[in-house]
Amino acid sequence: MVIYGVALLATCMLVGLIIGEVLGVAINVEANVGGVGIAMLLLVLIIDTLRKRERLGEPTQDGLSFWGAMYIPIVVAMAANQNVVGAIEGGPLAIAAGVAAVIAGFLFVPVISKIGKGRSNSYDHREDGRPL
Amino acid sequence: MIDVIFDTLIDNGLVFAFALIGGIMLIAYFISRYLTRGHVHGSAIAIILGLVLAYVGGVQSGGENGIADVQLFAGISILGGAMMRDFAIVATAFGASMDELKRAGSIGVLSLFVGVILSFVVGVVIGLLFGYTDAISLTTIGAGAATYIAGPVTGTAIGATSEVITISIGAGIVKSVLTMSATPFIAKYIGLNNPRSAIVFGGLLGTTSGVAGGLAATDPKLVPYGALTATFYTGLGCLLGPSVLFLIMGMIFSM
Repeated sequence: MVIYGVALLATCMLVGLIIGEVLGVAINVEANVGGVGIAMLLLVLIIDTLRKRERLGEPTQDGLSFWGAMYIPIVVAMAANQNVVGAIEGGPLAIAAGVAAVIAGFLFVPVISKIGKGRSNSYDHREDGRPL
Repeated sequence: MIDVIFDTLIDNGLVFAFALIGGIMLIAYFISRYLTRGHVHGSAIAIILGLVLAYVGGVQSGGENGIADVQLFAGISILGGAMMRDFAIVATAFGASMDELKRAGSIGVLSLFVGVILSFVVGVVIGLLFGYTDAISLTTIGAGAATYIAGPVTGTAIGATSEVITISIGAGIVKSVLTMSATPFIAKYIGLNNPRSAIVFGGLLGTTSGVAGGLAATDPKLVPYGALTATFYTGLGCLLGPSVLFLIMGMIFSM
C-alpha cells in the first residue's frame, strides 16, 4: 500500500529528529544536530534491507518516490517563504559577510573534493575482498 | 463574489499552495525552454521566482516570512515550511546509494569542519573591515556567516548586542538566498556533478535551505548527498561558535 511508504518515511523522519534533539541536549547546543541526516541514513538502511529481502512492494516505493518528486515544488515554496527583505535590510556588512562566505565555500568545493579523490585512487576497494 | 473566492482560497490554503506552486513551475519551465533555450534549468528559475515573490510579500506585509505573511498566501508557509521541507529531503534519500554515502563519509566530516571554520573566518575578516574589533561582536558575525541560526545562538550565548545579532542573522540569510540562486550557475566550474562533490558542497556551504535549493536547481539526483552533510552543519556551528571559536577569538581580540 502507498501509505506504507509514506508512513515509513514519516517514521524515519520523526525518529531522526528525536535523535537529533537528544544529541543537541547532550552536547548542550540549542539546535537539532543532524536529525534530518540521521533520518536519511535510517531510510537508506531500511530500504536497502527491505530490497535485499524483496519485501519492498511497488506501491510502497510509489509512496516514497512521490514525496521525493515533490521536493522541488516544496523548495520553491520554501524560497517564497524566505526573509529576502531581511537579508537586504541587514545592511552592507551582512550582505558582504554572506556573499564572501558563499564565494569561499564555492572555491573550496574542488579543493576538498580532490583530497577525497586522491585517497580513493591510491586505495583500491576491491582489495578488501581479495583472499590473502 | 470576490470575497467568496478569497475566503475559499484562504480556507484551503495548502491546496491553493499546490495549485499556485504548480503554476509557478509551469511558468518557470516555459521561461527556461523558450527564453533561455534550456540553458538555465527550470527549477533554478522557479526558485528565483519564489525569492522574488518572497521579496514582494516582505515589502507588502513587513513580515519575516516572505509571501506567506500576505494572508491570501499563508498556505505557502505550510508547503514551504521546515516540516514539509525536511520530509521531502528525507524522501530524496530513497534515490541515494548506500555505497556512495559510505565512500564519502570521512570527506563529509572533513568538509563540515572546514566549512564552519572557513565561513567563520570570512565573517570575522569582513567584521574587522567594517570596524568591529571586539571578540564578542566578531565571533557573532563569524557564526552568522556560517548559518542564520548559529549566529543568534552564539550571540545570545556570549552576550552580543542586538544590533550585532541582527547583522549575524542577515549574513546567514544572504548566504542562504545566494546559495539557492547562484549554485546552478557556478556548479560546472567547481565540479559539482557527482555524489562526492555534492557531499563536500553540503558540508562547506551548510545552509540547509540554500544547499537544498541550490542542488535541486543543479541536479536533483545530488540533493540527498548534499542535504545529508548540510543538516549537521548548523549543529556543529552552534557547538563550535560559543565555545572553541569564541575562546580563540578572546585570545586574539579584546573583549
